[in-house]
Amino acid sequence: MKAANRTIQVEYFAHLRERRGLARESVVTAAATAAGLFEELAARHEFRIERARVRVAVNDAVVPWETPLAGGDRVVFLTPFGGG
Amino acid sequence: MEGREQFTLNRGTIDSAALSASFASASAGALVTFEGRVRNLNEGREVVSLEYEVYEALALSEGARVLEEAHGRFPVLAARCVHRIGRLEVGEVAVWVGVIAAHRDAAFAACRYVIDEVKARVPIWKKEYYAAGEAGWVGERPEP
Repeated sequence: MKAANRTIQVEYFAHLRERRGLARESVVTAAATAAGLFEELAARHEFRIERARVRVAVNDAVVPWETPLAGGDRVVFLTPFGGG
Repeated sequence: MEGREQFTLNRGTIDSAALSASFASASAGALVTFEGRVRNLNEGREVVSLEYEVYEALALSEGARVLEEAHGRFPVLAARCVHRIGRLEVGEVAVWVGVIAAHRDAAFAACRYVIDEVKARVPIWKKEYYAAGEAGWVGERPEP
């Protein structure tokens, strides 16, 4: 599913930060949903983790993968945690 | 200390004794604390140190939510949690949970609830550095 191109702010942590080689970037994308953006970036940067093992936060709240994205949204992909 | 829930992140050493000592209430008959420490072995590999990385905005809101839930589920006076961030050596305190309640049953149950939920829900990642020289991110909690 595609939308018009807009700019999303993506922040990376831990495995994905190292994989991507940076902590944040602006991504111009036509992906309609958070899931679409993940798949696009996972393919581009070879994330090597399935989306089934990842959750997503948009604007600092955990949301379903089907959440539509709007220009200016801040997205963080949440790989399995290791705290505690 | 009056019943305010607090979840905080600490870049320096966690002083468990000071946290316990400051966590007092005249109506608290019980204080239960949990201290998670860095151990020297994980899945058969010798660990020399580790590093916690945090998504701070979500960690603070989710950690606070866990403590509020503990307050709602159990008859406790207050619950607190402090999680360490950054580089830690073996033996250091990684996380501290404290709960005060009138009675011990609620304090034990709430303390257990807080540490389990914090581990599962608060966005903190751990990189282990091994004696053999390599390092790796540890995903202890595969998502359902």
